[in-house]
Amino acid sequence: MTTYGPIGAGLAAIGAGVGIGQIGGKAVEAIARQPEAISKIQTNMIIAAALVEGVALFAVVVALL
Amino acid sequence: MKSKIFNISLICAFFLALGAFPTKALSQENKAEGAEKKFNPQEIIMEHIADKHEWHMYGKSYIPLPVILYTDKGLEIFSSANLQPQGTVYTGKYYNYMLVNNKIKVATADKKIDAANNKKVWDFSITQNVASMWMTGIILLLVFFSISGTYKKRVGKAPKGLQSWLEPLILFIRDDVALPNIGVKYKAYMPLLLTIFFFILINNIFGMIPVFPGAFNLTGNIAVTLVLSVIVLLVVNLKANKYYWKHIFVPNPWWLFPIMIPVEIVSIFSKPIALMIRLFANITAGHIIVLSLISLIYIFGTQWAAVVSVPFTVFIDCIEVLVAFLQAYIFTMLTSLFIGMAIQEHHDHEVI
Repeated sequence: MTTYGPIGAGLAAIGAGVGIGQIGGKAVEAIARQPEAISKIQTNMIIAAALVEGVALFAVVVALL
Repeated sequence: MKSKIFNISLICAFFLALGAFPTKALSQENKAEGAEKKFNPQEIIMEHIADKHEWHMYGKSYIPLPVILYTDKGLEIFSSANLQPQGTVYTGKYYNYMLVNNKIKVATADKKIDAANNKKVWDFSITQNVASMWMTGIILLLVFFSISGTYKKRVGKAPKGLQSWLEPLILFIRDDVALPNIGVKYKAYMPLLLTIFFFILINNIFGMIPVFPGAFNLTGNIAVTLVLSVIVLLVVNLKANKYYWKHIFVPNPWWLFPIMIPVEIVSIFSKPIALMIRLFANITAGHIIVLSLISLIYIFGTQWAAVVSVPFTVFIDCIEVLVAFLQAYIFTMLTSLFIGMAIQEHHDHEVI
């Protein structure tokens, strides 16, 4: 009886990587366009990254069970 | 500038060398026993993350915590030292008890689990998580009562000491989390937000410390995060005004009724559930990663694996400290967002 838990966790990691990569990329572009807004952009980037990471971790929790 | 880099790299080399030594001693000790028992990383990791009936201190020493069981025949209290090492059967007043996977089960005299009697015993023990939660609770009470006392005594003067250390954090919660999301009525909700933030923060930080006052995993216990999110659920729904309920039960174009109402009802519950799982999974995943990296040393069996594993673990530890702050902040921010959505006044949405 093969269990596919680790494969699911790996797929979730791909999702998290793609998502947070996009967020980081857009945030850095926005900073390049308007350097005065660095702190606001950074705050929002961190919030969005934590939310995306949360979704990936839901998948890891299900994979562990 | 050059001498600064040299000094920093000297300090790092010192800590690396220091870090390799204990693991060398322990890995060789494990190798001696390794002939009988193969190293099982999964077991060790689960044992460190899960709740236990004693407070683990260093190596094999621990503080035994009281076991409080409510059986159908009466209350039974004894020290968990009677149940160590695992597999010992303890003859209590009413039943015999044994530890199985760190859980207390009723056992017959020959070390088998007595399933029928098991259901009659409810476990209310002071486990490691309970004792550590009391400890952090007492620390929080001491710190915040002393700060509030200082605020009363020094009205209008500049903050001093502990007050000045915590004031930026408290003002950050007030100005960047509560005010933008909740609006004018933020004062009523500040105690809740501050409590949630500091409770989660201090438990996360203590969980990162590997030695005595800190070797517990409280926010990685799903029961604890469940209680926090139930509190958020209750506050949001009991304090909501009628515009909130109107949004849920009367969607704007009337023909969306059948789809939107179940979706909205599910979302009342799914938001706190997401809060719960997010905090639990982040903290537990962090601990599992750190423990796995250290277990790598034992899996390879040689002390030179420590040269690779320990710096990596230090790096991951730094990320985990960031995650500790971040998860406390995210939980608080989402709580204030939900409260703000629940109590906001009516705006005109008719601009379709």
